[in-house]
Amino acid sequence: MSVNLTLLTVMGALYACGIYLILERSLTRVLLGLMLLANATNLLILATGGYAGLAPLFNKDTAAGDYSDPLPQALILTSIVISFAVTAFMLGIIYRTWVLARQDEIQDDAEDRRVAETPSFDAEDDAVIPAETSEFPLVAADPTDAAGTPDPTETVQAGARRMPATDAAAEEQPGSRNITPGPEGGTK
Amino acid sequence: MNIASFAPLAVVLPILGAALTFLLIRQPRAQRTVSITLLTLTLLLECLLLASVWQGGTAAVNIGGWLPPWGIVMVVDQFSSLMLVVSSTVSLAVLVYATGQGMADGDRDAPVSIFHPTYLILVAGVSNAFLSGDLFNLYVGFEILLTASYVLMTLGGTGPRIRAGVTYVVVSVVSSVLFLIAIAMIYGATGTINMADLAIKLVDLDQGTRNLLHVLLLVAFGIKAAVFPLSFWLPDSYPTAPAPVTAVFAGLLTKVGVYAMVRTETLLFPGDTFNTPLMVAALLTMVVGILGALAQSDIKRLLSFTLVSHIGYMVFGLAMSSVAGLGAAVFYVAHHITIQTSLFLVTGLIERRAGSSSVDRIAGLAKLSPLLAVLFFVPAMNLAGIPPFSGFLGKLGLLQAGVALGTPLAYALVAGGVLTSLLTLLAIARVWNRAFWRKPEDAEHPDPVLLAAPADAATGDRAGQQNVTLLPRTMVGSTLGLVLFGVALTVFAGPLFRVAGQSAEEMLNRSAYIQAVLGDEAPVPVIAQPLRQEGGK
Repeated sequence: MSVNLTLLTVMGALYACGIYLILERSLTRVLLGLMLLANATNLLILATGGYAGLAPLFNKDTAAGDYSDPLPQALILTSIVISFAVTAFMLGIIYRTWVLARQDEIQDDAEDRRVAETPSFDAEDDAVIPAETSEFPLVAADPTDAAGTPDPTETVQAGARRMPATDAAAEEQPGSRNITPGPEGGTK
Repeated sequence: MNIASFAPLAVVLPILGAALTFLLIRQPRAQRTVSITLLTLTLLLECLLLASVWQGGTAAVNIGGWLPPWGIVMVVDQFSSLMLVVSSTVSLAVLVYATGQGMADGDRDAPVSIFHPTYLILVAGVSNAFLSGDLFNLYVGFEILLTASYVLMTLGGTGPRIRAGVTYVVVSVVSSVLFLIAIAMIYGATGTINMADLAIKLVDLDQGTRNLLHVLLLVAFGIKAAVFPLSFWLPDSYPTAPAPVTAVFAGLLTKVGVYAMVRTETLLFPGDTFNTPLMVAALLTMVVGILGALAQSDIKRLLSFTLVSHIGYMVFGLAMSSVAGLGAAVFYVAHHITIQTSLFLVTGLIERRAGSSSVDRIAGLAKLSPLLAVLFFVPAMNLAGIPPFSGFLGKLGLLQAGVALGTPLAYALVAGGVLTSLLTLLAIARVWNRAFWRKPEDAEHPDPVLLAAPADAATGDRAGQQNVTLLPRTMVGSTLGLVLFGVALTVFAGPLFRVAGQSAEEMLNRSAYIQAVLGDEAPVPVIAQPLRQEGGK
């Protein structure tokens, strides 16, 4: 099987550029990189079909070896359709990122950052255990501290102001009129 | 006419359902009915398939009358039909849960109406991947389920979901490109992509080429299955999606990757020299994954890390390539799909009841909702591998197979497996203690929803202008159903282990699969397998 050198060179260049681009932080470049990778792979599949031959329409005068292999072309068609769908979806995501954050860059994961910055000391696990661990301390604690029914006058800090805890709770539930509902109707 | 010839319906029915629900996009009630009915039909069909394969052996269906190795072929054997039944049960439970959530929240938002079609397409993709008998159709199955999962992952298009979705999409596309490259190379080297045909033709290639193809496929599937070091994307992207979506992703998507690994390892490259690297990867996946879980305070993220960690058990079973090891791995996959999904569903309920899924913000749930505590406790103990649950039985099977293999590396993996099991218990126990047993006043930043007393203590309805049910019956019911299914896996562990063992034997023997596809006179290449003789039985 001989190979088409031009095809392979183009394929190599597409792979190189594609890999370079997906390592970028900008989403548009990542998308371009993915498209280049998909097209390079299509060329690779085409190259596996071997010689370019006659169109694979059956003709009893043509020897079997003279046809070009139709299967890789069928595979390429499928993969083009798939990469088309993915590209359209990625464009949608990029537009949405732009609308939401006014930037075209991949953002950091806030929770990852939090875990990375958490000190290894855990207040609950590592603190010195107090001598008195009983649920029923010998010295009666201040009665106002005792657990009981929630105090209706209790307030919580909500942004810059304080508000009654019951109101704050009502705001947290899906369907509250005070806040814009999330996509599923909740605020998560 | 064999019932197995209706296997393509397992893909066609969900796609039909997707089309119908898309037409019914303005009628939520009809949409719900159609999708639940069609998924139930699919599940029934798959149960029949399992029964027929159990009695009649492996069967192959040629699509469109094209003969293999040229046409598309779908193969039903014990492993694939077992996976189909378990995955459809789980997806049905999640679908009911999701409709419950949609109904409870009033279905006001547009994205919810595209949930049903997308979800059914996801199910169709999963079924297609399990059934496909050639590599390219497997690729198409992966793409169907991945494209549906991109949409589900970014449902609603909020900031965090878009952020997580980008990572997920890019990583998935790269792994798909790798898979496609592998397919192209395999076609170039052998001239076929039919897996049964490849099983015969790959033997003739020289070792170097075969190793290259093998590694390409392993890396592509390793990304999809989240095997360390290719698992970095998973804990980052799964937790932000809506609760039912995370549940179905955690249960199914990585397992499809594991399924593809098992299929290619046993059918295409048996007896090759990659068992040692696979074992090392399995050990690292288990230990690194669970250490990650210990650092998390959000239950969803913690569960995502345990998901990565427990993939290691399956890879361990696969890498032993003995009947005992592979059988235990098959059992473990079935167990883990169910348990991981039910845990994520329960976490969704916790998030509704307590307002948050971070263990720093929730407390005292055992008193608030004892049912929720039971629903969490049973699958959690199951995941950690406490006897008598199926998690214990699966791990026991794997460890026994490891000891039977007897190499130093196998012993290291056995030790790693026990350690991972203990650390899983530690991670789960922390959640249990903090979220369920602590007094609400002890929480660092208690969520306001948690502290607010419900207006009606009996139903748990929240006080407010619109009464939003905290724990809708449908959601609790479907979670309960799935938890009970998990318990059933324990009760019927004997027969299930037998199916798993038989399917492992069938896969390692290969002749049933190859002859079902290519006809009875197809030659089955014999591979010298010193390892398997020692490790088997």
